[in-house]
Amino acid sequence: MSVMGLFFILIASTALWWLARQGVLQSPWLEEGEIADFPGAELLPRPPAAKVGLGVFLAVAGCLFSLLCAAFFMRMESPDWVSPPVPGILWFNTAVLIASSLALHLAQRAAGRRETDSLRSWLLVGGGCAVLFLLGQLWAWRELSAAGLYASTNPANAFFYLLTGTHALHLIGGLAALARTARKAWSGGNSAGLASSVELCAIYWHFLLFVWLLLFAMLAGWADNFGVICRRLLS
Amino acid sequence: MTDATLGEKANALPPPAEVEDVELFHPKSWWTHYVFSQDAKIIAIQYAGTAIAIGLVALVLSWVIRLQLAFPGAFAFIDAEHYYQAVTMHGMIMVVYLLTALFLGGFGNYLIPLMVGARDMVFPFVNMLSYWVYLLATLVLTSSFFVPGGPTGAGWTLYPPQAIMTGTPGHDYGIVLMLVSLILFIVGFTMGGLNYVVTVLQGRTRGMTLMRLPLTVWGIFAAAVMALLAFPGLFVACVMLLLDRTLGTSFFMPSIVEGGEHLKYNGGSPILFQHLFWFFGHPEVYIVALPAFGIVSDLIATHARKNIFGYRMMVWAIVVIGVLSMVVWGHHMYVSGMNPLFGFFFAVTTLAIALPTAIKVYNWVLTLWHADIHFTTPMLFALGFIVTFVNGGITGLYLGNVIVDVPLSATLFVVAHFHMVMGVAPVLVVYGAIYHWFPKITGRMLDETLGKIHFWITFLGAYAIFFPMHYLGLVGVPRRFYEMGQTAFVPQSAATLNIFITVAALVVGAAQAIFFFNLFWSLRRGKPSGSNPWRATTLEWQTPETPPGHGNWHDLPIVYRWAYAYSVPGAPEDFLPQNAPPLKGEHSP
Repeated sequence: MSVMGLFFILIASTALWWLARQGVLQSPWLEEGEIADFPGAELLPRPPAAKVGLGVFLAVAGCLFSLLCAAFFMRMESPDWVSPPVPGILWFNTAVLIASSLALHLAQRAAGRRETDSLRSWLLVGGGCAVLFLLGQLWAWRELSAAGLYASTNPANAFFYLLTGTHALHLIGGLAALARTARKAWSGGNSAGLASSVELCAIYWHFLLFVWLLLFAMLAGWADNFGVICRRLLS
Repeated sequence: MTDATLGEKANALPPPAEVEDVELFHPKSWWTHYVFSQDAKIIAIQYAGTAIAIGLVALVLSWVIRLQLAFPGAFAFIDAEHYYQAVTMHGMIMVVYLLTALFLGGFGNYLIPLMVGARDMVFPFVNMLSYWVYLLATLVLTSSFFVPGGPTGAGWTLYPPQAIMTGTPGHDYGIVLMLVSLILFIVGFTMGGLNYVVTVLQGRTRGMTLMRLPLTVWGIFAAAVMALLAFPGLFVACVMLLLDRTLGTSFFMPSIVEGGEHLKYNGGSPILFQHLFWFFGHPEVYIVALPAFGIVSDLIATHARKNIFGYRMMVWAIVVIGVLSMVVWGHHMYVSGMNPLFGFFFAVTTLAIALPTAIKVYNWVLTLWHADIHFTTPMLFALGFIVTFVNGGITGLYLGNVIVDVPLSATLFVVAHFHMVMGVAPVLVVYGAIYHWFPKITGRMLDETLGKIHFWITFLGAYAIFFPMHYLGLVGVPRRFYEMGQTAFVPQSAATLNIFITVAALVVGAAQAIFFFNLFWSLRRGKPSGSNPWRATTLEWQTPETPPGHGNWHDLPIVYRWAYAYSVPGAPEDFLPQNAPPLKGEHSP
């Protein structure tokens, strides 16, 4: 519940900041003036719709992951919880995902400078690292199930598969978007559109990296204290 | 300053093209025009048609429930299993597949782009996808009627452990199909919801500031934001329950013995499911109610020819209700056992919602005060909504208190309460909205006489059904029960009252045929409406064509004032459309 609380404070403060900026606190009917002064005659600069759309989607995905984490911490309290050992490959996967995110960041900068060749190579590196990450996650699953730690044996295992699986599905969706972006990068054409696609991919990748770092910390058990603190706060 | 210079000044305003015009998808064949359409208006009609069709199934299911309650055992085809299946499917279809889809997918798609002055939604392709995924979800749900064992009978809340135990009807396929269907619905809804939110943020035409948006758009916008944040709760709950059912995980399933056999489950937490479910479930009430609030505000202002009282308060009330409703889910779990401090917290937040809600009701009433009320069919439905919503809301104040809720929780009192507040009230708004916007959608008026007959039967009939139900609940008649048997504390008269309620339910249900007849008859034979039959101010009535063409506008409109410029002194007519150039000396919100 504390997880959800934190998440909602974040969302609510963003929403309030945005509402205040849009002039919801004004009372335009009390202002007298010329027609040209009619509020709203001038336009606020608007970010591109796709970027706002991605922002809203990240809020939804963030909500999904927060709820999963909240469920994780609530379920953890029961006595039958036995955390599985953390597969060593997760360290490697984390490094690869950081590399992937970094590569897309560099791709974004390359797109801004219109350097097509370096853009293409960074996109390839980013996509390749992401695929490598997914294979690594699959490897971790195999390692766990080879050790007899199936989803049905313990809720902790089930959460491991569920959290990593959900994260991987989001990354696969991102790869589809990245593939479309890559097609644009190879076919040439509208460079402004390409730059914004690359930017959106980079934002999404950073988001997924951030989520993964939190999930990794939780799965590795470093966040157990956080659960204890939450329980103390609530009781 | 003279009129002439003012006119010049208005003309001198920068041209509408300053709002970036969007590249629309232009359909080339009949299929992409009417079936796989990316036009929000067509998608709206597809959404509404599907929602109403599946809603009719739920209506028939409610007859099954009522027949059993009035005449227990009289009908061979209603056994206990079918009864529970009917209760479950009636609830789930009405709440999710009818009301949510109709308000957001139907009215949201039709009204948002038109009312904010946009050509279409910002992501038309995603919008189209949203409808097809919704249709798929509906078909998966419907298919559960035809699989062995039938649909699930777990109750619309699908509480584990009973939802997946073998004693529950539909435990083989029904529950799986239900969960898959809900997951699909949420995926589809998220695609639509992104569109509704981003279109309101990004698609507004020049001059359409937030504080000039019609309240309909505010209501749908706030509901869409809430739905985007609340549906993940149901999504997580459904995925985890599905894993419990199919893979044998123990997220929710406790250690349990069934038929002398210890099941493979171990140590799961059913309460966790309830938290996740109601984290979605309560906001869902307002996801349905907020669009209704918004639409009613516009119906009242238009048909009473008066600006809405306290526009800014109305907007803030919508926002505050939206925020509060995310932190009250615990009041559905008073009987699950919880820390008394939590009970106190949830009771306080629940009762606090009464404040913004009461502000809205007062403002509606004050809008009507000394207004030029036209008793058209949409107005009748809007007035019916206010009364019904107040009735349902007041019983909500009772149930929000822990000590009152605990004894009443399992009785028909709760059924009466939520049917009044989120069943009858929003449905009245749906009807009002259809009577109001049908002329814009088709170019023809619905028949007023038939509309009024339809209103009075529905309105009075709904009270005949749900008013006595409060009484039944207070004398202790339990809800969900298949039959009462010999029960000492329930008087014999309860059975008579149940028969009365059932007869009323049959009549009201059948009377909806009047509405459908009116709908189809008026489609061909209705009186041509012209572009603005209600003399309304909002942008959708100012389109160059009726019904609006592809892209809605020739040039994008410029907005000069709020949506409630009715009975303006000095205006040539008693209303000023939002996009009419300013009058001399006018300073307008």
